[in-house]
Amino acid sequence: MSEKRVLLDPTSEQKPTVRNRVERPSSLQGLTIGLLDISKNRGDVFLDQLESQLSGRGLKVNRYRKPTFTRPAPVDLQLKIASECDLIVEGLAD
Amino acid sequence: MDQLSESLIAVVKYDCPTCRLVKPVLDQLERRSLTVYTQDDPNFPAGIAQVVDDTRLEHSYRLNIETVPTLIRTEGGREVQRTVGWNRSKWEAVSRIGGLGTHLPETRPGCGSKSVEPGVAEALAVRWGEVQLTSRQIELGTLEDEVEACFERGWSDGLPVIPPTETRVQRMLAGTHRRPDEVVGIIPPNYNTCTVEKVAVNAVMAGCKPEYLPVVLTAVEAALMEDFGMHGLLATTFFATPMVVVNGPMAGQIGMNWGVNALGQGNRANATIGRTLQLVIRNVGGGVPGGVDRGMLGYPGKYTFCFAEREIDSPWESLAVERGFSPQASTVSLFAASGVQPVMDQASRHPESLTRSFAACLKVDGHPKHANAPTPVLVISPEHSRRYDEAGWPKGRLQQRLAQLLEMPVQELKTGADGIAEGISPGRVEAHQTRPKFGSGAPYIIRAGGEAGLFSAIISSWGGSKSVTREVIK
Repeated sequence: MSEKRVLLDPTSEQKPTVRNRVERPSSLQGLTIGLLDISKNRGDVFLDQLESQLSGRGLKVNRYRKPTFTRPAPVDLQLKIASECDLIVEGLAD
Repeated sequence: MDQLSESLIAVVKYDCPTCRLVKPVLDQLERRSLTVYTQDDPNFPAGIAQVVDDTRLEHSYRLNIETVPTLIRTEGGREVQRTVGWNRSKWEAVSRIGGLGTHLPETRPGCGSKSVEPGVAEALAVRWGEVQLTSRQIELGTLEDEVEACFERGWSDGLPVIPPTETRVQRMLAGTHRRPDEVVGIIPPNYNTCTVEKVAVNAVMAGCKPEYLPVVLTAVEAALMEDFGMHGLLATTFFATPMVVVNGPMAGQIGMNWGVNALGQGNRANATIGRTLQLVIRNVGGGVPGGVDRGMLGYPGKYTFCFAEREIDSPWESLAVERGFSPQASTVSLFAASGVQPVMDQASRHPESLTRSFAACLKVDGHPKHANAPTPVLVISPEHSRRYDEAGWPKGRLQQRLAQLLEMPVQELKTGADGIAEGISPGRVEAHQTRPKFGSGAPYIIRAGGEAGLFSAIISSWGGSKSVTREVIK
């Protein structure tokens, strides 16, 4: 009865590490804003609206598109966005 | 080596008649530095000075004893020769002493060592073994229930799991030649490394037998193939989840069900192989409902969905052969499956009529106005299959005919047609008179089911995933 009972952890044993988000910019002036269309239905309608409003304020806007919403963005696209933009907005739902 | 460094080891158990038979021989050998390890009765054999109680079987395990009696000669502490059972000339050769047991029969077979009895070997491997498992050890409190402990730690799909003890995991790992630390892949959604050992831990929890493990490992590998898109499949709000279909000899060897109630409950291999894949995604990948699993409703197939193709009485090439594998290969195919839709046709006696029934039912898959839909699976029952076999229709002819029948008039598919907003935007289809229901033309076709019942089944798919097949390697 005194024998200790041991189970083996079925998980990946990843301890949650707290990662702070990038701090929000206090102003959008001078920043490049990426708009990422994930190829989900009518996401472009939402992003078109955003683009016209942001451009109307004289902000620089880049558009990007994922080949499919069912998979993560290709690494090349991720790198492109990261190198060209200061912040990114994606239309997630339909 | 000088004589002094030589010694003899005998491993025996009282329960073995041959061990008792050779007792006089052990007495003869005692003058040659004999040590006897006794597995069951520490008082046997009486009268020998060097008898070691090995009822914990450590020495038997380390000496890799399979049969008793075993006689071993060592020189300088290292084994140089051994013999099992009783054979006078071999015992004389190993001991280098003549005239042993002259009144005994020439030869007698031994008995099984206690260290290799069923269920014992794995426990000894845990206790004395050199292959160490590396999973984090979780010690339970004295009042903690093992099964409740698994629930509370979030390891369960909602049903009880078998607590993954070291002994059970060792036993599971005996089902594969692959090393426990071999990496199977990186599991979404959290992209965590998954080893053979982690798959084995989850296979224990799901209730697998060790002989299922090669199929389970192949299913996990298949789920990680790029085309299958496991991350999106988990994350979608749609119903879809991996469905496992096994082809080839291994399906029969491990007792999978392709007959009565093949898609249902009651068969251990079917139930636990599919469940293990789900548990690996949950526990190793971190994919849980409400987290990255955004299934709006889900369906019971998300507990487990696994069956084998009925190949025994089929003149058609199997799914695996159709995909280029040998009939001798055992394979695992995965589909993004979104639920079972019955096809009920009890009147068709000819292939053309039945094919039209299939097409009519397939047309409503997802939505009657959807075209270029993801390829579903059509599971054809034995009674429906017979219509094709009797008329000599090969599988290809059925697929070809279905593809023809599944061309749908564009007028019926347009948005607004039939008073239904859902449909194809007019601008996208003006150039066409018809559109195919499925992008691939015809559904995938698999045979399964019991002998009685004029039904078949359509298993809906999901557009973000392509079906994949992978060969099982033991």
